[in-house]
Amino acid sequence: MSKVRVLVGTRKGAFILTADGKRENWDVSGPFFAGWEIYHMKGSPVNPDRIYVSQTSSWSGQVIQRSDDGGRTWAAPGGGVQKSPQGWPMGESNRFVYDTSDETGKPLTTHQFYDGTQHPWEFKRVWHLEPSLTDAEAVYAGVEDAAIFQSKDGAHSWQELPALRGHGTGPQWQPGAGGMCLHTIVLDPKDPKRIYIAISAAGAFRTDDGGQTWKPINKGLRSQFIPDQDAEVGHCVHHIAMSARRPGVLFMQKHWDVMRSDDAGDSWREVSGNLPTDFGFAIDVHAHEPETIFVAPIKSDSEHYPLDGKLQVWRSKTGGNEWQAMTEGLPQQNCYVNVLRDAMAVDSLDDCGVYFGTTGGQVYVSPDAGDHWKPIVRDLPAVLSVEVQTLS
Amino acid sequence: MIRVELPHHLRVLAQIGGEVTLEVADPVTLRRVLDALEDRYPVLRGTIRDHDTLKRRPFLRFFACQEDLSHDSPDNPLPEPVTTGKEPLLVIGAIAGGC
Repeated sequence: MSKVRVLVGTRKGAFILTADGKRENWDVSGPFFAGWEIYHMKGSPVNPDRIYVSQTSSWSGQVIQRSDDGGRTWAAPGGGVQKSPQGWPMGESNRFVYDTSDETGKPLTTHQFYDGTQHPWEFKRVWHLEPSLTDAEAVYAGVEDAAIFQSKDGAHSWQELPALRGHGTGPQWQPGAGGMCLHTIVLDPKDPKRIYIAISAAGAFRTDDGGQTWKPINKGLRSQFIPDQDAEVGHCVHHIAMSARRPGVLFMQKHWDVMRSDDAGDSWREVSGNLPTDFGFAIDVHAHEPETIFVAPIKSDSEHYPLDGKLQVWRSKTGGNEWQAMTEGLPQQNCYVNVLRDAMAVDSLDDCGVYFGTTGGQVYVSPDAGDHWKPIVRDLPAVLSVEVQTLS
Repeated sequence: MIRVELPHHLRVLAQIGGEVTLEVADPVTLRRVLDALEDRYPVLRGTIRDHDTLKRRPFLRFFACQEDLSHDSPDNPLPEPVTTGKEPLLVIGAIAGGC
């Protein structure tokens, strides 16, 4: 009997929601790491019981937590499980140090700040964890200030892939409202050396050699908030989604505009079509239908809530341009929540469940690819991220 | 014997039930106390001060004997009541609003 495990990161802790394949009756566990911001949690595709968590706090910094039993027990890698000779927890998994060595990359020291001045890179938090598709010990981390790190030892230790910051455009990168964050990491299931990332506000980048070199992939993006609207970098990409069934075809929710690329990001075209607003954060692709995509439109860049107080997921079955509002079961009045970039996910059951969380603390599920929705939980802290694992 | 009180979240993270007591060689300074604290609880590295610069994290402050030591040199000797264990060194999170 299949079941699903939904991993929910919130402003004040982590929660795990589980159900069988019908997705009707749910068990809720948590909060884990109560009081901390859980920016993201994600399970390894190789070993689903291994779950990585980004636990962060403006007060106390960054901690990486890990479970090896599906979320029943947790430990900071190196801490909790391993003990010092005196029996105390050991753990330095929260150490993210930018590479400034001459040998491995150009030691970038500054990026553009809000006021246009140059500002030194300062590590703040991990926004996104992307476990390897082939190795349960390997995981990537996208961090603020924007950089990508890699661990090959189950998150015990982290090393930057410095060529991204050394690409040469770093001094032009600038923070978005949420900070200068690398928030999206997409791994190509057919080519282990190909990785896509996205940064607010720099844009999208791709490596084809496992992170040794990177290229900006922003042709076709137009952004009104930068002086050169077609610039090579500087675009505020909010999220990128790709179907594992069709690597190379990418869908992007940009600050404004929903975009599509059919050539691995080398060029983009707008597919906003009939969306009532093409501002938003979240975007995802149906697990089995690569032309079926989901977005959660938000009114505008200053009004981060649905149009007219009606919470809607819009679905396109044509790979964009032609969209349909999926509203059954969602509040259609007085709803002023946001759906953040990492807060939408799909399962891989036959009828493809779709999940999303809101800043109002609701997590919704549609067990039929968007046709019908119902809340799994209504009153969690503000939801930052939602991931789902389909378990056999 | 040096006594250290940590904020709730850090006690939970390090699996500390209450106050921490540490042996620290003279002269007892903030740096030496934090070194000893992190040696015993490595999971706290990076949570009170930056891993590499060892600068205090901006939302944490140090107090003892009703004095704010946050902006003192970490190499200054701590007040005598702290060095004798009569008073604890307090690591306190800033009250920066709730969200």
